[in-house]
Amino acid sequence: MKHVLDFERPVIDLREKISELKKLTEEKDIDLAEEISTLEERLEKLEHDVYTNLKPWDRVQMARHPERPTTLDYVNHLFDGFLEMYGDRHFGDDPAIIGGIAKFEGAPVTVIGHQRGKHTKENIYRNFGMPHPEGYRKALRLMKQAEKFGRPVITFIDTKGAYPGKAAEERGQSEAIARNLMEMAGLDVPVICVVIGEGGSGGALGIGIGDKILMLENATYSVISPEGAASILWKDAAYAKQAAESMKITSYDLEQLNIIDELIPEIMGGAHKEIENQAEILKPYLRSSLEELSAMDNEQRLEKRYEKYKNIGAYAAIEI
Amino acid sequence: MFRDMFGKKKRYNSVPSKKSRKNVPEGLMQKCPGCKKIFYRKELNRNLFVCPHCDYHVNLTAYERIEQLSDAGSFEEWDENLETTNILGFPEYEEKLEKDKDKTDLKEAIVTGKLTIGDAPAAVAVMDSRFRMGSMGAVVGEKIARAVERARKESLPFIIFTASGGARMQEGVVSLMQMGKTAIALERHSRAGLLFISVMTHPTTGGVTASFASLGDYNFAEPRALIGFAGRRIIEQTIREKLPKDFQTSEFLLEHGQLDRIIHRHELKSILGNVLDMHRTGGESNETRA
Ligand SMILES: [Zn+2]
Repeated sequence: MKHVLDFERPVIDLREKISELKKLTEEKDIDLAEEISTLEERLEKLEHDVYTNLKPWDRVQMARHPERPTTLDYVNHLFDGFLEMYGDRHFGDDPAIIGGIAKFEGAPVTVIGHQRGKHTKENIYRNFGMPHPEGYRKALRLMKQAEKFGRPVITFIDTKGAYPGKAAEERGQSEAIARNLMEMAGLDVPVICVVIGEGGSGGALGIGIGDKILMLENATYSVISPEGAASILWKDAAYAKQAAESMKITSYDLEQLNIIDELIPEIMGGAHKEIENQAEILKPYLRSSLEELSAMDNEQRLEKRYEKYKNIGAYAAIEI
Repeated sequence: MFRDMFGKKKRYNSVPSKKSRKNVPEGLMQKCPGCKKIFYRKELNRNLFVCPHCDYHVNLTAYERIEQLSDAGSFEEWDENLETTNILGFPEYEEKLEKDKDKTDLKEAIVTGKLTIGDAPAAVAVMDSRFRMGSMGAVVGEKIARAVERARKESLPFIIFTASGGARMQEGVVSLMQMGKTAIALERHSRAGLLFISVMTHPTTGGVTASFASLGDYNFAEPRALIGFAGRRIIEQTIREKLPKDFQTSEFLLEHGQLDRIIHRHELKSILGNVLDMHRTGGESNETRA
């Protein structure tokens, strides 16, 4: 049974009804062609209405969809010969972040991304895609390696956040994330970050500073989960829906706030419907970003990166 | 961002007992959050707001900090005209800002500028946790980034005193991006061979700890400050385990190798002056790409 989200229930119901009618046509030899075609028209319209009017909270559900493509899905469809590299060289390997080398359309790149699982066992192994400091330090090690060999870095962002655990604090979760922000700021190669699912707070940003920030249509990027915000602001996690609206966490919001550079459309009904096609949609965006960034010299690219972050935010300058 | 830790205390406690309230004007006395003893503010002030009884380091306002550290008359404030706007149109945000402005006489949770410590010049940013829990919105990020950039242009060291609950929820992802904005400014400052000292004070948590607070060439902290990434309650819920009492204190961090030193407030000025003095020549030889 496929996982169904609340807001798409009418679509699913109608689709089931159509397939029932089709079955009836075959089994009982009744001609229902007219009814079926009317319903199919209605379905098309309904799908369009439902999926093109997603509310922020609907997109949160989409971004968290258990079947939503993960970093490894995109890696398999977009790159050739991905060779995963493990470990931070200090403490251990963190399966919540993966990384390695691969080719994108013939050219070597370093690929890094949060990795969550699609079922319970895998999720436990991946710690639900919530990294420890080792994950960020592994990512940094691979980024510095990319810099040494002059190949671009592509990161995939998909995490609820950095893991809030005792060991993580003891081993310097804050420092690991902070260090990555600063190192990524100065990395001498093109850096492209793609938000594919949940962009949860500092844990997302820890592999998220780059020249280009791309974001899938139904991905979210937020300073705190809507539930977290609701329980702090309204003392009740049930206000999550409201918090999702107020916090401006969708790709459309981030485009308007000038935080992302490209909004990548998703397949009708969400990226999980056709993973391979979704990867194909993403591909030209990666290609053109890489071409644009590779054409710049390092100085120029770093200057643009600096300007990009300098310009995020708004304030009033008053007379005093 | 972690409101629970701000629950109990109020910065300027007026007199608690009814008897003394009659005689002593409000604000003349202050209770130590450590041992709950009541002191004359004057007495505390003379001791740099360190409790004479239990050595607790009482939170300072931004201007109190600057006054304690800077050579008399050396402080010059920067960008004091920047004010916060309600970027996301977040409900009830303006009202909350107005309330804190009235309460603190500040425009935002940070004061930046230039000062000298023992004749050594430095750019400085001081956070003030009374304003929106010292959380980092666009103006806090902007003022830090500007101060760091100006420090780089004037070849000055940069010192920050952090005191923050983390991100500012009402500014959502814009608040989050200030982590990137401040880090990218500090990267340039660092690449120019310039000195950055971070002094973490109570409390320093969330996105502030996971960005500039942890990026000093030297990361210092005041004693017994709360410093951490995730909130204690969230961690306890996640790992289903009670955390030790000293978890996420300066002392805990030092023990786990996350700090260069813990510095008593009585020694802060002289140590900072010393460190600045030892780096006076920095910033000229390494300026290759800035
Ligand atoms: Zn005391």
